[in-house]
This record gives sequence, structure tokens and C-alpha cells, in this order.
Amino acid sequence: MSPKTLYDKIWDAHVAHEAEDGTCLLYIDRHLVHEVTSPQAFEGLRMAGRKVHAPDKTIAVPDHNVPTTLDRANAATMTEDSRIQVEALDKNARDFGIHYYPVSDVRQGIVHIVGPEQGWTLPGMTVVCGDSHTATHGAFGALAHGIGTSEVEHVLATQTLIQRKGKNMKVEITGKLRPGVTAKDITLSVIGATGTAGGTGYVIEYCGEAIRDLSMEGRMTVCNMAIEGGARAGLIAPDEKTYEYVKGRPHAPKGAQWEAALNWWKTLYSDDDAHWDKVVTLKGEDIAPVVTWGTSPEDVLPITATVPAPEDFSGGKVDAARRSLEYMGLKPGQKLSDIEIDTVFIGSCTNGRIEDLRAAAAILKGKKIAVKRAMVVPGSGLVRAQAEEEGLADIFIEAGFEWRLAGCSMCLAMNPDQLSPGERCAATSNRNFEGRQGRGGRTHLMSPAMAAAAAVTGHLTDVREMM
Amino acid sequence: MEKFEKLSGIAAPLPLINIDTDMIIPKQFLKTIKRSGLGVNLFDEMRYDDAGNEIPDFVLNKPQYRDAQILVAGDNFGCGSSREHAPWAIKDFGIRCVIAPSYADIFYNNCFKNGILPIALPQEQVDVLMKEAEKGANARIEVDLEAQTVSTSEGQVFSFEVDAFKKHCLLEGLDDIGLTLEKAAAIESFEAQAAQARPWV
Ligand code: SF4
Repeated sequence: MSPKTLYDKIWDAHVAHEAEDGTCLLYIDRHLVHEVTSPQAFEGLRMAGRKVHAPDKTIAVPDHNVPTTLDRANAATMTEDSRIQVEALDKNARDFGIHYYPVSDVRQGIVHIVGPEQGWTLPGMTVVCGDSHTATHGAFGALAHGIGTSEVEHVLATQTLIQRKGKNMKVEITGKLRPGVTAKDITLSVIGATGTAGGTGYVIEYCGEAIRDLSMEGRMTVCNMAIEGGARAGLIAPDEKTYEYVKGRPHAPKGAQWEAALNWWKTLYSDDDAHWDKVVTLKGEDIAPVVTWGTSPEDVLPITATVPAPEDFSGGKVDAARRSLEYMGLKPGQKLSDIEIDTVFIGSCTNGRIEDLRAAAAILKGKKIAVKRAMVVPGSGLVRAQAEEEGLADIFIEAGFEWRLAGCSMCLAMNPDQLSPGERCAATSNRNFEGRQGRGGRTHLMSPAMAAAAAVTGHLTDVREMM
Repeated sequence: MEKFEKLSGIAAPLPLINIDTDMIIPKQFLKTIKRSGLGVNLFDEMRYDDAGNEIPDFVLNKPQYRDAQILVAGDNFGCGSSREHAPWAIKDFGIRCVIAPSYADIFYNNCFKNGILPIALPQEQVDVLMKEAEKGANARIEVDLEAQTVSTSEGQVFSFEVDAFKKHCLLEGLDDIGLTLEKAAAIESFEAQAAQARPWV
């Protein structure tokens, strides 16, 4: 048998039909659904008189739109159009008989945090969701990617996706990370090195000692941002840590099924002599705590650097950098660590898991914030409950953070959690696009520990100085 | 789905790289449960000021580009979220074809599901078309999907690549779901075999 990559193996196990021209029907094991990209898909099904093909493999949870304030049970906390979307999801979940975690359920949260937490996401699966950060689930060695609403409808109706195979890209992070450097710094540094289109057309497999050393939470952070590098999916081969995380979760296999699953999962790795279409290698020791300075996730630099000048770039990037600097209100040559911050946002499917909250709390313990506002939005109700149990919530609250309920919140600011024009935010989310966190809002992406450090000092800060 | 065969129209130049889906349609417009009506908010933050008035300098607000059917843009067009609201807004505005050096995967794919043709051409050729587009209503660009060509009003012709299956669906206006359901037997036999091989799924 010819050598295969992990992606090749999962792909081959899921081709339900292949046409002569190479167009495939890829079978989908798990379909995650949320309120913003699904209403039109369900409407399409109804209009055509179609059913959901595999309701048992379809899981819905509202997250993008929902308020995260403690009074959210009160319908008046939602705008009318948001409420209509959430009610539409309620109704669609009921009418079509799919698994559902409503806002009132403690298991509700960001779809990419709920999936793994409940054991829906397992190694070797194909996972899709009408959301580009579906790549998160790749941390389990699952082929997971975002799809558009027409494809959501296609998967609902047929449990398959029309696909052509992508190319294989290996991103290897060798050696060890230095203290203060986290999974977020890895994933941002990779995007800084490859650009936001560097992975277009590829599925990325992350490997190397520094990746192996990461926890499952950290691996999810790395895979989450594969899409910011242009790749539809990011993968990490499953290992003991993966099995450990999955074991005992509500929807994970049990007993003899577990043993059978484990046997297969252990075959899920890239063969030594597998073919790679593109290889990128970074040294773990070279990665520093980083922040973004511009309006593209590729605008990333170590916190010790200074704001670049447009002339430092070439091609279309010169104008793009000029526009970014103007939007961000920054001057070339300014020290990144001098940039003052108004707001701190800790949360999102990139960094809203328990390990992220622990890392931020470790910096905040016994300190007070020096910014106008700061909020922690746990990725799920269960993350929130665990953080309360571990005493993390008290640390955040005493420091001056708002302690919110689970949802996407200020990651995309569809609910009332928004920046106002010119407001500058240290955020643990994944996109720093113009207007992403609110019209005119300025976003700097970074790790939870770095965001906590900025909260304490009031400006972008090298977390290593506080450790 | 609406067919796409040939198009001859005014092209609007938007010479920016990394135009992301938040720029194409900001999230406040994702709260709809319909596919239509998003055209007025296409490129909302570039197109209107805080008071909701048109910004006269923005290309689609200029009289000569109000009826543009083609958009010429920079590298990595449509990066960011998976929101199909982006192609819905583009289509609702009246644009049926985008020309750029490259696209983000999900956006590229979403276009074909909505009768929009995204054309990828080398940077030098996009530069030529960008210049053409800057001439406004005086220059119409012609797109022929069957022949896979883009022609300028001055007679320059560029060929582009497109996946054969996607081309076929767009030319015929075919509905993907209908096509896939014709293969229901293959899906069922796959399910039976997968239930044996991976019963825990
Ligand atoms: S947290 Fe942000 S990136 Fe993640 S699913 Fe929600 S909106 Fe998308």
C-alpha cells in the first residue's frame, strides 16, 4: 500500500462516491449547527419537502447571537432579529428531531467547545459546521471544516458534501516552547510566517515536539486558526492525550465499542514516507509571545517589536499596511508594548476553554485591572461551572473583570458586546478585521496570559515580565 | 439556481488585498433568516458613513459603477468567515462575477452555489482588467463561461481555469442536492459498510 498522510486516511475512509472527474461525495459523521448560518438551510429543506437525513448525527446549539449577561433569560435582552434567529433554531431542532442544547441548558456554549466537551467529536471523523472555525475539531485527528449555508442544507439533506480532495501541508514545530509562550503564539506565528493565504487549497497537519507537548486545549487553539492561514482544515494526529480527553465523555464510545474505536484510532497518523505538497517548519525556541498590530491575522509580531512601516512590505501589502495603520491609529516605529488598551476580551472558540481561563487567572491573581472594561466569556456553561469550582471566577471578579455566561460574544460582536469606534481591545479571539468587534473597533490578538497582562498594566505587555 | 453562461458588463475596481467577509457584509446583517435583500448593505462600512449616508468616493457609490455586474479585486478575496451572506449580498447587488488573483476556499465554493462565477487570473492579467475597470462605463468586460475567457473592450482575451463539475452546474443552473440525491443508493451502501467498520460513530 502506498504511504498516506493522516488526511489521506480519513478522506479515504469517508468517500461515499467518486465521479470520473474526481469529484467526491464525502460522508459526514458529525454536523454541528448554530443559529446564524442555518435558518436559510432549514427553510430550503421545508420548501423542497425534504427531511434531515441523519438527525442523530446533527447537533445544534445557539451561540453567535445570544447575550452573555446574567439576565439573558429575559427575552428583552435580545434584539428582535436575534430572538427570531434563536427561536428559529429552537423550532428547527424540534421539528427535525436533532440534538439540541438550548440557552437554558448548562451544556450550552460555543459550538466548537460543546462538540468536543460532549464527546461528539472523535478521532478519524468528518465534522462540518456552517462556521469557518470548525477547524478546531481537527485537534482530535478529525477532518473538520467550515461550510456555507447551501452546504449546510446539502449535508442536512444527504449527510454528504460534494468535495474534491485538497493538498497535504505539514507544519512542524520542533523542540520546546520557551516560558510564557503558548499555543496561541504558535498558531499566530505560523500565520505570520505563511500569510493568510499560505494554506489555501491545503489541509494542514500540525506536528513536531512542541505540538505533541500541548494539551488538548492547546491543540484546539492551534487548529482553530488554521482557517486564518487559509487552510480549510487543520489536523493533529491523535495520541494518548487525545484518548484520555475523549474517554468517558457523554457521547464517546464505551466498553467493547471503545476498544474497537481505539484500535482504529491508533492507525491514524501520517506514514513516514507520505508525500507532502508543502512543508513549513518553525523552531519552538524561536517563537515569542506575539500580538497583532494590523487588521489581518498575518500582521503579527513579537511583543518586543515595533510597529512596522508600509514600506517594509511589498506588492499589495504596502497599501494594505498603510490602511491598517490608519485604521488602527498606529505610527511606524512605535513600540508595541507602549500601545494603550481600553478593553480586554477573554473568550471565543480559540481561547475560551478552562486552560485558557487558568492561564489568565494565574496572571491576574491578587491584581486589579487598569483598563476601562474587561470581560471573561467562558466557552461553555460547563467551562464556566468548572472555573467557578476552581476559584478562577473569584480571581477575575476581584480583579475587576465581568464574569459572563457562555457564547461567542465580543469575538464577532453580533450580540450587544461590542467595541465603540476607536476603542482598542486586547482580545484572545481569532480575527482582527476592520469592524470585527464593532464598527471602528481596534483589535489586537494575543494569548489569554498576554491579554491578562495587558489588563493589569493598561497597555500591551510582555507577559514574561510578570511571571 | 440561476444559470451563468455569458456576461458583458461594467466592472467595478476594488484594488485591495485580503478583502474579508466582514468587509463584504458586516455581521449586523447576518441576523436575517432570508437569503435576499442584502445588496443594500454590501460593503456597508466602506459604503456608508456613521449616519448612514453614502460615502461618495466608494466605488459602488459612483454613478458609473452603480450597475456594475463584475468586481475586480486583489489577492485572497473573501477570506474570513464561512458566511454565505457574502455571496448573497454580492448577488443581490447585481454582481455576477468576481475577478481576482486568488480566493479563500469557502467563499470561492459558496459563489458557485449562488450562480456567481469567481475567476482567478494571474496578477498581471488582473492588473490589466483593473485598469479596464477604472475606465468605468466606457469599458465593458465580457465573460464567457463556456469558452472560459474574459475579454476587454480592446480585444485582449484571457483564459481562466474552472473545475469541470462546477462549470457544468453553473452553466445548467443545477441544484446540488437534487444531483446528490440521485446517488442515494451509493450513500446508503456506504452507511451500511461504515456501520460495520465504525459502529461507534
Ligand atoms: S467564538 Fe468567534 S470564531 Fe468562534 S464560533 Fe463564535 S464567532 Fe466564530
